[in-house]
Amino acid sequence: MQGLYAVFRKELQDHLSSYRFVILFALISMVSFITSYMAAVHMRENLEALASTRFPFLMLFSTPGAVFSMVQFVAFFGPLIGLILGFDAINRERAQGTLIKVISQPIYRDAVINGKFLAGVATITLMLVAIVLVISGFGLALVGVVPGIEEIWRLFIYLVISIFYISFWLGLSILFSILFRSIATSALASVALWIFLSFFVSLGAEVVANAVAPVDRQDEVRPEAVLENAQVKEMVSLTSPMVLYTDATATIIDPMRKTTRSIILMGPMEELLSARFQNPLSLGQSIIIVLPHIMALMAITLICFSVSYLVFMLQEVRT
Amino acid sequence: MDTIIETVNLTRRYGRQTAVTGLNLQVKKGEIFGFLGPNGAGKTTTLLMLLGLSRPTEGTATVCGLDPVRMAREVKRLVGYLPENVGFYREMDAVQSLEYVASLNGFEGAGARKKIEELLDLVGLGEESGKKTAAFSRGMKQRLGVAEVLIKDPQVLFLDEPTLGLDPEGAVQLINLIQTLNREKGMTVLLSSHNLHQVQKISHRVGIMIDGKLIAEGSIDSLAEEKFGLDQKEYSLEEIYMKYFQEV
Repeated sequence: MQGLYAVFRKELQDHLSSYRFVILFALISMVSFITSYMAAVHMRENLEALASTRFPFLMLFSTPGAVFSMVQFVAFFGPLIGLILGFDAINRERAQGTLIKVISQPIYRDAVINGKFLAGVATITLMLVAIVLVISGFGLALVGVVPGIEEIWRLFIYLVISIFYISFWLGLSILFSILFRSIATSALASVALWIFLSFFVSLGAEVVANAVAPVDRQDEVRPEAVLENAQVKEMVSLTSPMVLYTDATATIIDPMRKTTRSIILMGPMEELLSARFQNPLSLGQSIIIVLPHIMALMAITLICFSVSYLVFMLQEVRT
Repeated sequence: MDTIIETVNLTRRYGRQTAVTGLNLQVKKGEIFGFLGPNGAGKTTTLLMLLGLSRPTEGTATVCGLDPVRMAREVKRLVGYLPENVGFYREMDAVQSLEYVASLNGFEGAGARKKIEELLDLVGLGEESGKKTAAFSRGMKQRLGVAEVLIKDPQVLFLDEPTLGLDPEGAVQLINLIQTLNREKGMTVLLSSHNLHQVQKISHRVGIMIDGKLIAEGSIDSLAEEKFGLDQKEYSLEEIYMKYFQEV
């Protein structure tokens, strides 16, 4: 434990005092700030219409003010935080010759990678909590709404999911920093995978769905074909962590959202439910809807870290 | 004298290549053992196996009575290893760098700080303690490396090419320091080096390793006797080494 704590403390110190952290934090807090400011201004202008909502506070995070909401922003650019914190974790130490020195001290070898991962997670947590708290304070001042206990719980769950989501990317970039000796290669590889999984998978899902289950537009459209097409599309796009995250958080942060599925895939009862009842879901129900998403997100994070752990433990120390 | 490091048939293969073949080595407590051999002979691999950082393919090693494969952490507590081309965190100064190594060894607070000051004075970096390691010269880095190794008060020192790239004065200072540590603190030293003159000056015994095999082991006098007969005294280690090397 002594080794783990020492590595953790040193890495956290490095993160918090590095320029890249300061720049990133400034950028992300600025954008979040602006998006929620827009949302707040929008809300204040339309307070009459919103009077019926039961959770005005959460709208600070989920309403797209001008371009996108704070939640969407984290989904898009949150991964960058993880990537930037981890892409040179191991290969930099290898290149400058400090890795061998550290592991020849009386510590377990896994203390190095565990300490680095935990320090990254701590930095991410610090960043997200700070941003959410600032926006909340901002909302209190601008809109004058006080969050209820359920809203606080929802925000808390949102934070936990977001931390896992960004930690997944942290784990992935640490894995690349173990696999690739060159820092530039690992940075490029992680950014490439991020762009692929976040942006191209959703485009590709459409292509795959049309190839596997084409919907013939010339003839009469068969309902089964449309259904199958939508199913394939959903299946493919769910391989993207961003889609998983967006679905999970959208339902948590917006109690009015009752399903993650598209209208085509809804069952008759679901359709009836969303058409007839305009009440928000209770927190428990919201969680049940996205539990598979949350579990999948946590699982890929843990798998990703386990793989880096294994590769690191089995790798030769010499290069 | 007691044996402090012993290997029996220690072998390490990387795929088809064999880095170390059936190494049987004995180092006695309190001696300076010179570990010689050309580049790529398997010296560093041997040191890594003795530290438990690399797993032997075959054979066993015992360091301070412990098996490095099973008790790596305990072995690393007793053995200080100075790697070839030791690296430092560029943004840290000498004191911070030592503090980090101390914390990895579980030393914190006032006791650690006092120890760090003593060590910096010992290696002659007392004046430079606030300078960033990025600005250190090769000689200063090497001395800082030695200070980092000494923080845990090791019983055994593994020094991999400690004088490589040092100016003559720096090399002599470092060699003298190693000798002092050996004499005053009774540290056993396993020294790998290409500088045969220095090795001859301080080593009690030497081992010559070529292509993963230990081809000779013993005091310099006994090796000279073996190769050149009884009137050995005027032979330098360099001549003995070359003789062995040509025979392989």
